[in-house]
Amino acid sequence: MKIAVCIKRVPDSETRVKIAADGKSLDAAGVKFVLNPYDEFAVEEALRRKETAGAGEVAVICLGPAAAQETIRTALAMGADRGVLLQADKIPADPFETAKVIAAELNSTSWDLILFGRMAIDDYNTQVGTLVAELLGLPCVTAVSHLDLEGTKGVAEREIEGGIEVVDFPLPAVLTTDKGLNEPRYPALKGIMAAKKKPLEVKPVQPGVGALEVAALTPPPERKEGKIVGEGAGAVGELVRLLREEAKVL
Amino acid sequence: MTTLAVLEQRDGTLRKISHEVVTAAQRLGGAVEAVVCATGPVQGADQLGKFGADKVVTLTNPAFARYAPEACAQALAERAKQGGYRTIVFGATATGKDLAPRVAAQLGVGVAEDLTDLAADGGGLVVTRPVYAGKALLKVKVAAQPAVVSLRPNVFTPVERPKAGTAETVAVNVAAGRVTVREIKAAPAGTLDVAEAQIIISGGRGLKEPANFKVLEELARAFGGQAAVGASRAVVDAGWRAHADQVGQTGKTVSPSLYIAVGISGAIQHLAGMRTSKVIVAINKDKDAPIFKVADYGVVGDLFEIVPKLTEEIRKLHG
Ligand SMILES: Cc1cc2nc3c(=O)[nH]c(=O)nc-3n(C[C@H](O)[C@H](O)[C@H](O)COP(=O)(O)OP(=O)(O)OC[C@H]3O[C@@H](n4cnc5c(N)ncnc54)[C@H](O)[C@@H]3O)c2cc1C
Ligand SMILES: Nc1ncnc2c1ncn2[C@@H]1O[C@H](COP(=O)(O)O)[C@@H](O)[C@H]1O
Repeated sequence: MKIAVCIKRVPDSETRVKIAADGKSLDAAGVKFVLNPYDEFAVEEALRRKETAGAGEVAVICLGPAAAQETIRTALAMGADRGVLLQADKIPADPFETAKVIAAELNSTSWDLILFGRMAIDDYNTQVGTLVAELLGLPCVTAVSHLDLEGTKGVAEREIEGGIEVVDFPLPAVLTTDKGLNEPRYPALKGIMAAKKKPLEVKPVQPGVGALEVAALTPPPERKEGKIVGEGAGAVGELVRLLREEAKVL
Repeated sequence: MTTLAVLEQRDGTLRKISHEVVTAAQRLGGAVEAVVCATGPVQGADQLGKFGADKVVTLTNPAFARYAPEACAQALAERAKQGGYRTIVFGATATGKDLAPRVAAQLGVGVAEDLTDLAADGGGLVVTRPVYAGKALLKVKVAAQPAVVSLRPNVFTPVERPKAGTAETVAVNVAAGRVTVREIKAAPAGTLDVAEAQIIISGGRGLKEPANFKVLEELARAFGGQAAVGASRAVVDAGWRAHADQVGQTGKTVSPSLYIAVGISGAIQHLAGMRTSKVIVAINKDKDAPIFKVADYGVVGDLFEIVPKLTEEIRKLHG
């Protein structure tokens, strides 16, 4: 099986967000960057599918700055075979531009499966995988939390409000992965050593500016100062009164 | 200048997000055309005039019995191309998140996803969306034509704004598509999804063991069917609760009118999923737990004493 996995370098979710002087972006100083957690599910799934098939290739593709080589190495250490860095200083604010660059790269090879995370935990765009699928004309199932593949037929499950959708689709296909699909492995020391020797191709790219322009990045509005109503069961009466009379939610 | 509001139905009944989508669309000024993909008449669609829809269009095709991603996307993209809409509004539900980017890509644009605010700005649109786990808000100018956006559920409170509301049904000729929903495994009857509940009572590791969640379920029941029980990741990972109930960065994003966090410490990834709730109550024995920083009302102490008392009080209110 020939599988491509698109991965993004994102700030760790514990990061304290400091807004840069331009008022429009994250101040990256001191920020720890990681492989997007949803993309870990995608990498893991690719590795398992290749292992089950007994043959094939897992390639990881990342659009990002030079430092994203580190993110690619993480996926290689998990077991991916090779990496491609589509190198650009800035990731476009418009996800359609990201999708175009990634689609152009994927287009040069024929894949059985192309995997994405359900969403990137920095921009929450929740769409690059779907946009790429549309650009490539491939079937796409999003937010997959369970997957069965047999030959060129696939069955996936995705959570919806109040239930689970069971979806049939043909391969080749684009899938975006959700939590629950698998438990991503940690790179073992051996994997980390091996990753250093795996091929990592760097290709400079120039994404378009797109039609979404960042006007400002601001801290979220402070929630109104809360209050401790009291301690123990004795405070419940007052809590209910406040919820009724002050918050008016009961 | 017309805005296209994309509605959502399941089993022939309109879903709640539809009212929110129409409400947000009519904030932009100009006419609102609401559209839904279905096999026939949709229950509730005739009520949308009340919320500001000038016209409700039902696109019909036998493929629309269940969500048909490719067929719906094709039908909507074709409609959008004909209509010359300035803005197309989706709900960021499970279905909307799947559908909006398909339609957008066919129109050659991206989606401004999961908005908590939007406003017309000259010829374009300015939107606000939470990013970095809700630790920042991104304000974006959307110059795309059309602007395709999706709304965080439960944020845009439906407002009644009566209009005449004409109706139109159009049979569309689209292929069923390669990706088809074979079945929906429904959650047990009577369980309300956390993504749709007006009241959520979430439990964390402080519950100590899975069986103790019945304390929260009783409280939920006391609210008379409006409340759902949510969970932190810690208890989902431990296998105590289903992933469908998880609130947070790797779970669901919710904005209920009341969120009660019980025995949850308030890690940043949990806050990411619930900080836009209207009123937050925290019950925790540790007075320094970070959850109290976002809570409007906190009660410090043992949840096993506090929650049953609260259940009793709520039952009294609901008679
Ligand atoms: C990439 C990533 C994604 C994540 N995504 C999510 C996510 O989507 N959702 C999520 O929730 N977490 C997520 N997490 C995990 C998160 O960091 C926390 O570990 C988790 O939220 C903690 O769960 P908790 O509050 O239930 O447990 P704890 O942090 O252990 O808190 C338990 C709380 O219960 C209180 N308590 C104990 N006993 C009692 C009692 N008798 N009465 C009252 N209070 C009591 C304690 O004081 C404590 O505050 C994520 C983490 C990472 C790294
Ligand atoms: N810059 C990028 N490089 C490679 N893959 C990306 C990039 N941005 C997004 N993706 C992929 O698309 C998924 C969804 O991202 P997003 O639409 O930005 O939330 C991510 O989980 C990645 O798999």
